[in-house]
Amino acid sequence: MNVPTTVEKPGSRELSYAEALREAMGLALERDDRVILMGEDIGVYGGAFQVTGDLVDRFGTDRVRDTPISELGGAGVAVGAALTGLRPIFEFQFSDFAMLAMEQIANQAAKLRYMLGGEASVPVVMRMPGGSGTGAAAQHSQSLEAWFGHVPGLKVVQPSTPEDAKGLLLAALEDPDPVIIFEHKMLYKMKGEVPEGWYTTPIGKAAIRREGTDVTIVASAIMVHRALAAADELAKDGISVEVIDLRSVRPIDRETIIASVKKTGKLVCVYEGVRTLGVGAEISAMIAESEAFDFLDAPIQRLGGAEAPIPYNPELEKAAVPQTPGIVDCVRKLVGGQV
Amino acid sequence: MPDNRHDPDNRPFAIRTFEADVLKDALRKMWLIRRFEEGAEDSYTRGLIHGTMHLSIGQEASAVGSCMALTDDDKITSTHRGHGHCIAKGAEVKYMFAEFFGKEEGYCHGRGGSMHIADVTKGNLGANGIVGGGLPIAVGAALASKQLGRNDVTICFFGDGANNEGAFHEALNIAAVWKLPVIFVCENNKYGMSTSTERSTAVKNIAERAVAYAMPGRTVDGNDFNAVTEAVGAAVARARSGEGPSLIENLTYRWRGHSKSDRNRYRTKDEIESWVAQDPIERFRKLLVDHDIIDAAEADTIRAAAEAEVAAGIEFAKAGTDPKISDVTRYVHAEAKA
Ligand SMILES: Cc1ncc(C[n+]2csc(CCOP(=O)(O)OP(=O)(O)O)c2C)c(N)n1
Ligand SMILES: [Mg+2]
Repeated sequence: MNVPTTVEKPGSRELSYAEALREAMGLALERDDRVILMGEDIGVYGGAFQVTGDLVDRFGTDRVRDTPISELGGAGVAVGAALTGLRPIFEFQFSDFAMLAMEQIANQAAKLRYMLGGEASVPVVMRMPGGSGTGAAAQHSQSLEAWFGHVPGLKVVQPSTPEDAKGLLLAALEDPDPVIIFEHKMLYKMKGEVPEGWYTTPIGKAAIRREGTDVTIVASAIMVHRALAAADELAKDGISVEVIDLRSVRPIDRETIIASVKKTGKLVCVYEGVRTLGVGAEISAMIAESEAFDFLDAPIQRLGGAEAPIPYNPELEKAAVPQTPGIVDCVRKLVGGQV
Repeated sequence: MPDNRHDPDNRPFAIRTFEADVLKDALRKMWLIRRFEEGAEDSYTRGLIHGTMHLSIGQEASAVGSCMALTDDDKITSTHRGHGHCIAKGAEVKYMFAEFFGKEEGYCHGRGGSMHIADVTKGNLGANGIVGGGLPIAVGAALASKQLGRNDVTICFFGDGANNEGAFHEALNIAAVWKLPVIFVCENNKYGMSTSTERSTAVKNIAERAVAYAMPGRTVDGNDFNAVTEAVGAAVARARSGEGPSLIENLTYRWRGHSKSDRNRYRTKDEIESWVAQDPIERFRKLLVDHDIIDAAEADTIRAAAEAEVAAGIEFAKAGTDPKISDVTRYVHAEAKA
């Protein structure tokens, strides 16, 4: 794996994705008094997914603040606090509930700097657990990256590894503008090497997780792991797949993707959000508009979420988002000239 | 509120208001809720069903008592903790279990699961995965009733946590301004997940918030079937006669954790036990026995029947049909008529 990071790694050890996020927040709370955490049940409960965990024991209830169940109000308070000197990290219990706070996110946080002619800054971080796979059905399983990615003024990132979870969260915190971090619920328990200390993963930079020459797969969050599994499978047939981990939906890393497609001549976009008008549509259009277009030797393929809410039944739930066999299939057909 | 001070019959409201058969059926429903949830919990533990669920064990008097004044034409909106409301409004447990097992026979054909369970034919407009999601919807149902000249009313169930959502405040205001036939029933079980009402809510009693929306507000012992039927019954009568909305707060308690992710760190064992001692089903059973509506043996028979119904429901669900994978996008839009 080729994982570019900005800073040196003093040392590293294995942590889960959730632990890596917690470590990042702990470091931030230690280093900067302006940092506060806000959200529902993030204190004594430890967060619905145990991401904040025991931070309340270390930093107290003023800095790890349970809010009432008031997403619009809570997010708005975080925006106002960010505008006036704090560095809030706001946890939505599920990304789905951010819809209740859309006004504050899209009309206020995203636009304040612009509306005030650059005289104001909203350095707020919003953490959003997203994705399906937990059997929690339609209102607790969505992948809303594209919704937020559509709003100028926001930055939207999607870590796929524990290392990036920490690095992107710290990068978000250092950023002077609002950053939304989509954490995939099914990755919270995933383990990986995580550098110690403070480091940032650059926002807007994709990572090449596997180099290849025949096909480029651009995937994000949990789809990166499915794409890598598919690449292993396809390697057995002699198909060489390059897997790009998007990491950042807004801004998108044009250079990395364009360079890869110029090399392979084939592109498959794999993402969990609903296929239509999703992240893959943007990437496809970007390639079609770029100099990589001339290098394409097959149609671009998009594998995305079904045109349906996420169903409860476990088999339907699986069928509603891309899975490894579907990715393998798609690449085989593409390479075999069947599309 | 009806004035009963001069009523020669000074038996409790529920006893003098409802026929014996109706009261027995209420007891049956309360047991059905308890056993249904125990059965669901057990099925979950054994890996037969997935996802998560929110159990209302300990809150049965609120669900059943509140629905006593309703007919099948009346509506309810429910919450994530909605199994009790669903059964109180007349759902059959076998179709509920089928839903939990993700089967086509389920109320939502396996698409919804515990959190979205609904029996629309019985006026249950659905459980909701979004805290506060049902509040404006209930007001809309009440508007439809009024506008179309119907006589049905809507009970809107929600938790103490939901009363801090903007939707609560907007919904109550609209209902009051338009004088709509809706009854807001807050099931105050002291916590929204881990956060107590003391830590989340500026007023002591949520019913006090009614003042801000110019409607009557009452706080009652939500584990006392009689008190619930009386308070909600009066509010239903008020709504039906065109006088507008009310806010009733049923003080109750969930015995189980919030959901499957709860480690119960925010409350004490003593507190839980003090509420278990206030078992709403046992209190109602005793009320019925004390007033000679049933004897102990008949109560046992009713409970055994509820148990049998739940056991049969689980078997029904196990034998259900799995949805076809190719139907993953079915029900997103209306189907073209054949
Ligand atoms: C908009 C929204 N925010 C948060 C949640 C997560 N959540 C589900 S239930 C719950 C607690 C609700 O408390 P309350 O309204 O008191 O109902 P109770 O669970 O006590 O029955 C929370 C925070 C949610 N489902 N929807
Ligand atoms: Mg509650």
